[in-house]
Amino acid sequence: MGSTMGVGLRPYQAVVRARFNLLLQYRAAALAGFVTQCWWGALKIMVLSAFFRGVASSPMTIQQAIDYVWLGQALLTLLPWSADPEIARMVRSGDVAYERLRPLDTYAFWYARAVARRTATPLLRAIPMVITAGLVLRLLGMSRWALSGPAGWDAALLFCASMVLVVALSAAVATVMDILTVATLSDRGVNALIGPLIIVFSGSLVPLPLFPDWLQRGLALQPFAGLIDVPFRIYTGHLSAVAAASGLVRQAVWVVLIILIGRWLMARVMARLQTQGG
Amino acid sequence: MSPANIVVEGLTKSFRVAERRTGALGGLTGLFARRYRTVTALNGIAFALDEGELLGLIGPNGAGKSTTIKILCGILEPTAGRCEVGGLVPWRDRITHVARIGAVFGQRTQLWWDLPVVESFELLRDIYRVAPDRYRKTRDELIDLLDLERLLSTPVRQLSLGQRMRCEIAASMLHEPRVLFLDEPTIGLDAVAKLAVREFVKTLNRERGVTVILTTHDMQDVEALAERVIVIGNGAILADGSLSSLRRGALAERRLWVHFAGDVATVDVPGATVRQQLARSVELAFDPSVTSAHGLIAHVASAYDVEDVHLEEPPIEEVIARFYALHSVES
Repeated sequence: MGSTMGVGLRPYQAVVRARFNLLLQYRAAALAGFVTQCWWGALKIMVLSAFFRGVASSPMTIQQAIDYVWLGQALLTLLPWSADPEIARMVRSGDVAYERLRPLDTYAFWYARAVARRTATPLLRAIPMVITAGLVLRLLGMSRWALSGPAGWDAALLFCASMVLVVALSAAVATVMDILTVATLSDRGVNALIGPLIIVFSGSLVPLPLFPDWLQRGLALQPFAGLIDVPFRIYTGHLSAVAAASGLVRQAVWVVLIILIGRWLMARVMARLQTQGG
Repeated sequence: MSPANIVVEGLTKSFRVAERRTGALGGLTGLFARRYRTVTALNGIAFALDEGELLGLIGPNGAGKSTTIKILCGILEPTAGRCEVGGLVPWRDRITHVARIGAVFGQRTQLWWDLPVVESFELLRDIYRVAPDRYRKTRDELIDLLDLERLLSTPVRQLSLGQRMRCEIAASMLHEPRVLFLDEPTIGLDAVAKLAVREFVKTLNRERGVTVILTTHDMQDVEALAERVIVIGNGAILADGSLSSLRRGALAERRLWVHFAGDVATVDVPGATVRQQLARSVELAFDPSVTSAHGLIAHVASAYDVEDVHLEEPPIEEVIARFYALHSVES
C-alpha cells in the first residue's frame, strides 16, 4: 500500500482539485447554511452573554467567547460530523468495490476526497460569515456582538498553522468515518454515534474553557479539541504562546495517530469487503 | 511473460452469508447468535488466455461470471486457486495490476456524475499518470472512434445510457491498457448503441491486439465478437471452445423452411421432423450428420410443388438454453 505514496502526488492532487471545484458549485446550499448559521450564532451569543452577566470571574472574556462562537459558525462545515454521502451511496449500491479499480492507495484517495470536502464547503460559508460577523454587525452599530480580529500578529500566524492542522485532522477523522461506513454498510450509525461526540468535544456546542475545571485536562488531551478549541483559543489570545505551541503539537500527534488508525482499519475492512463480494 | 497472458487455475471463491431467521424472535436471536451459510460462487475455474484473444464469458445469472471478472480485476481475493494476469497476482499486486487493465461494468459508472465528460477524462488522466501528449493522442483517437465530440462538455448525468456507455468505454481505454474487461457492456442499450459498442470492441481487439474478456447475456454480442466462449454454470466451466463447437454439442440440428406454390395438407419427409406447419409453408428440422441438406431439398422438391426454400440454424439463444438444460444449470 505504502509503495505508491512516494511515487507522485499528482493523482491525489487531481482528486482534491476536481472535488473542490465540484463542491464550490453548491452555492444555494451554502447560502441556506449561512442563514442558519447566522441565526444559531446570534442565539448562542445571547445565551452566553446571559450567563456571563453578573459573573465576577469567568474562564474567558465575553469578547473571547463571542469570537469563539462566530468562528465556530463560520467554520462549522470544517467539522467532520458526517461520513462522505458519496461513499455512503457507493456502499449502498455496491460501487464501493470499484474504488479498488483505481491504481491508487485507497486510503490516500479517500483522504484526498475528505480534504476537498473539508476545505471547499467551509470556504464557501466562511467568507460571508466573517464579513457579516466582523463587518456588517459593526456597520449596524452592534460592535459589542461583532467578531474581532486575531489577538495579535503572532496569534494570527499560529492560528493559520493551527488551521492547516485542523484540515488534516478533520480529513483524518472523516476518513475513519468513511471506512466505518463501509464496515457497517451504512453511514447512519457512524453519523449518529460520532457526530454528536464531535460537536460536544470540539467546542462547537459550548466553548471548551466553559466546561468545569476538573474536566479541562481531559478535554485538552482528547483529539477533537484540535478541531476547534485549539485554533480558536489561539485566535482570541486565550492561549499563551507556549500553550499555543503545545496545542499545535497535540493536533499534529492526533493527525498522525488517526491516520494510522484509519490505515489499519482500511486494510481490515477491505479484506473483509472481499469476502462479502461487493 | 507478456502483459496479457492470463492464467487461471483451480479458482475457488466462497462467501459467508449471514442468514436471517424469520419471525419476531428470529430477529432478536440473530443479534446474539448469527448463523452463517457458505455459498460457493466459483468452484475450480481454470483457463488460459493468450495475448490478443477475445473471450466471451457466458452463463446464467449467478453462475459466477462477475465473480471471475472481479477476481481478475483485483477487486476480490479468491478463497483458493491461482490467477495471474501478465505475471501479476491481481489482488496482491493490485495497484500495479489495475494500472495496466481497463474495465467497464455495464451496471456501474466510473465517470463522475456531476462533471462534464471531458473533465472525467482529465481526472482519469491524472489518476493513471498518463503523460499529457500521450493523453491527447489517445483521447482524440477514442473521440473519433466512438463519435464523442458532441458529448464532451455534457455533464454525465445528462447523457443517455448509450451515450454514457460509449464514454465509459473510452474512459477505460485512456491509459491504453493491454487487457480490457467488459462486464455486460451492452446491457440495456438500444440496437444502434449495441452495434457501436461491438464495432469498437472488435476494432480494439482485431486492430490493436487488446486482449478482451467479455461477459454478456446478449448472444448477438458473443456471435459478433467472440471466437472463444467459456460457459460457466454453478461456479464451474461447462464448455470452453468456439461457438460452433458449442452448437455441435448442444443443438446440432438445422432447419429447412419450405414454401409451397399451393396449399399442402400434410408433409412427410424421411430424415426430418416437422417443427411447425403453416398454410403454405413448413419448417423441417434435421440432423446434418444423418441427413444431408441437399438430399433433403432434392427430396422435397421432387415430392411437392415448391416455390422457395431456405436453411437456418437454430438461434443461438435456443442453443444456449438447450446447453443449460443439458447441464441442468438453473437460469
